[in-house]
Amino acid sequence: MTKDSGVETATLKVFRYRPEVQTEPFVQEYKVPYRQDMVVLDALNYIKDHIDGTLSYRWSCRMGICGSCGANVDGEPKLTCASFLHEFKGKEIKIEPLANFPVIKDLIVNIEDFMEKLDHIKPWIIRKEETPLEKGEYRQTPEELEAYKQFSMCINCMLCYAACPIYGMNEEFLGPAATALAYRYIADTRDQDHEARFPMVHDKEGVWECTLVGECSVVCPKGVDPMLAIQKTKILGATQILKPPRRGK
Amino acid sequence: MPAIEAGFARGIKGPIVESLSHDILIIGGGGAGLRAAIAAAEHNPKLDIAIASKTYPMRSHTVSAEGGMAAATREYDSLDKHAFDTIKGSDFLADQDAVEYFVSECPREAVLLEHWGCPFSRDPDGRISVRAFGGMSVKRTLFAGDKIGFHMLHTLFQTTLKHENIHRYDEWFATSILVEDGHASGVTAINMRTGEMSSILAKAVVLSTGGCGRIYKFTTNGWIKTGDGMALAYRAGVPLKDMEMVQFHPTLLPNTGILMTEAARGEGGYLINKDGERFLKRYLPGKMELGPRDIISRSEMTEIKEGRGFEGPYGSYVLLDIRHLGEDVINKKLSFLKELAEKYAGVDPVHEPIPVRPGQHYIMGGVNTDKTGYTGIPGLYGAGEMACVSINGANRLGSNSLTECLVFGAAAGKAAAEYAMRQSMPHLGNPLQGVAMEEETRVYDQVLKHEGGERISSIRSEMQSTMDESVGIYRDENGLSQATRKIAELKDRMRNASVEDRDHVFNTELISALELDFMLDVAETIAYSALYRRESRGAHTRTDYTNRDDAQFLKHSMAYRDHGRPRIQYSPVTITRWQPEARVY
Ligand SMILES: Cc1cc2nc3c(=O)[nH]c(=O)nc-3n(C[C@H](O)[C@H](O)[C@H](O)COP(=O)(O)OP(=O)(O)OC[C@H]3O[C@@H](n4cnc5c(N)ncnc54)[C@H](O)[C@@H]3O)c2cc1C
Ligand code: FES
Repeated sequence: MTKDSGVETATLKVFRYRPEVQTEPFVQEYKVPYRQDMVVLDALNYIKDHIDGTLSYRWSCRMGICGSCGANVDGEPKLTCASFLHEFKGKEIKIEPLANFPVIKDLIVNIEDFMEKLDHIKPWIIRKEETPLEKGEYRQTPEELEAYKQFSMCINCMLCYAACPIYGMNEEFLGPAATALAYRYIADTRDQDHEARFPMVHDKEGVWECTLVGECSVVCPKGVDPMLAIQKTKILGATQILKPPRRGK
Repeated sequence: MPAIEAGFARGIKGPIVESLSHDILIIGGGGAGLRAAIAAAEHNPKLDIAIASKTYPMRSHTVSAEGGMAAATREYDSLDKHAFDTIKGSDFLADQDAVEYFVSECPREAVLLEHWGCPFSRDPDGRISVRAFGGMSVKRTLFAGDKIGFHMLHTLFQTTLKHENIHRYDEWFATSILVEDGHASGVTAINMRTGEMSSILAKAVVLSTGGCGRIYKFTTNGWIKTGDGMALAYRAGVPLKDMEMVQFHPTLLPNTGILMTEAARGEGGYLINKDGERFLKRYLPGKMELGPRDIISRSEMTEIKEGRGFEGPYGSYVLLDIRHLGEDVINKKLSFLKELAEKYAGVDPVHEPIPVRPGQHYIMGGVNTDKTGYTGIPGLYGAGEMACVSINGANRLGSNSLTECLVFGAAAGKAAAEYAMRQSMPHLGNPLQGVAMEEETRVYDQVLKHEGGERISSIRSEMQSTMDESVGIYRDENGLSQATRKIAELKDRMRNASVEDRDHVFNTELISALELDFMLDVAETIAYSALYRRESRGAHTRTDYTNRDDAQFLKHSMAYRDHGRPRIQYSPVTITRWQPEARVY
């Protein structure tokens, strides 16, 4: 942070890419008035409202739950609404789009690959038999809930994919969030066909690609541990392979 | 260097070539829109259904709901109790037939959501847990920690993926409803990725675009809550009902407006003034912290006005104290609140009370619909916070809104499906083509290419300050008429505003300009409806008309668009079994 004419300011160096204006990306520097309680997103909004209306990024909830606002902040994937300027005190802050995704414009990346993977893992309860609604809810004890709860906390913010070196090399890799969500359903007592998801998580681009770097679990802003989900799915898969194949499958 | 995605730079203005069509088109992928899509898909798996949404569905603001969703599921509870609490909470402005339908559908919708996988918190016997909530006479609010909205939204979204007949247009922004021969026939929408406008035709359209909190500066609402669907319907000729009924929630963080959930009080939290008193004993002795939001917000304002608040850099505040609940309860049931208080207010609620003040949270009013979501324009339906059936009247009870999204989302989806099954597909001939071309001219020539005008952010900021100051918790004739004049001025200035970003690809500034244009229309209906309701009822508090006046105002305000301005008419409130009485708690 520096003081310009008495006002403390922060300097942001922002990755820009405007395909209609310039074919190559560039870096643009902005100075914004600094307050101790400002998050990076506040600084971006200040720029957009007062300095440069062309700067483009996604956001909505500004409370770390909608998953829109991920970016690489000073080289680390972060939610811009949950990383404070004071964490970078004394530095210029480098803001770039999340790594490992194609950039559409400025900080806006294309996440269609994840959306397809999400669809692929069948993220819904599969029942062999439906219970009529009149019978009420499926009973589930607090312990049974606990078995999958943390994996249901994924906000799809894509920070884990930006941090994953395997995904960086091979975009076919199912990746952390999709595996965590697959495991979330596999471990849910209400689901009756866990095996339906095994082909996706166990095919050659599934969990076996993961080399346990563990960056995904480090960067997750919601305390999800995708690496643990990957481990658990590997174990399930290994025991599953030993079972005789079922007829008709 | 991140990899860039080339090949998007096209879509420079030209005639609308692309015309897409579906049996049912749902605008908005929040709780209400997703529920509508599933209902339609289940009603008839042959129907071709599409959801168009300006954000990916899982980013919708339903995601931020914390406290829970109401449904009378326990043996000690009853539909009548839920209905009466809701009607009394509404200060008798709710339509009682709608409320009766609503409460009777809530339990079923809750079980459905559970069957679809929502990770509800559980009692030791495996049933869904319930907690107390403001204005509810018994514990009936089902919850999932303090992230019910997040879990509900992701559960619904992931459930839509299993239906092959539900298609999506993610990050498409609807700009107008196409109406042909009095029937809704689709929308014009911008594909934000390319910047191209298309018409998406449909036999039936369901609007579920959420609330309009961003009209105010100090709000719990996310950036996307700009009242688009209200403006779309209003411009298409549907009246907006009870728009003056805006909810101010008592416990927002003073700086950011981030919500400290009512579940904190549901679990036993206190509101405290500077003298260390639980001041609600003066206002709500029978309910204390479990009173309805309108009364608690006003009580806080009175405490502050009378010098019993605290002063801070972001205005006056009171304290929300949950220390006595203990670390264990806080970690188990209010962990999101703890995370938010720590991160955004620097306060650990296990050890310190949290500064809070009231701010905009929800709008009871909205697009006039009946119990099936029907708006009065054939083929056009609405549901969720955007709609006004009305079950919320002059004050919504916390946790009724999410179940409202489910109940009326489902009803609208089903009604739209039945309607679509009887209709043939509109096609983009005349006059629709002409209407769509006009819309393209408005967006690209009048907004995108207009040069030399002022920034939209200054207009937005002045609108928000006007609403906070003159159309906030307390209102009077003078302030309200000033607000109507100010909004008219801002609308004029808006016609002359310019965006700096002239790109087609993902032009968020253009989208913001179009949203602001919607918000100004919606703000104007709020200010006018508030001006003409010369009484105090529920959340609508007039300092110059302090009493409820059933003789004159036991009726709904209906704002019709007339030469670009609201014309306010009134329609009767449906009373079935509960005669209006004094609302004391
Ligand atoms: C912080 C917070 C906490 C809350 N807690 C609770 C609670 O505990 N219990 C409760 O019952 N209620 C709660 N509420 C209220 C409740 O969450 C909302 O009323 C409800 O979620 C609204 O859902 P919706 O589907 O109507 O709209 P939203 O979830 O806001 O969805 C709107 C959708 O429409 C799309 N959209 C909007 N405009 C356009 C356009 N022009 N073109 C295309 N798409 C568009 C958006 O992208 C989005 O997908 C809370 C609200 C807030 C803000
Ligand atoms: S804006 Fe929603 S997570 Fe940051």
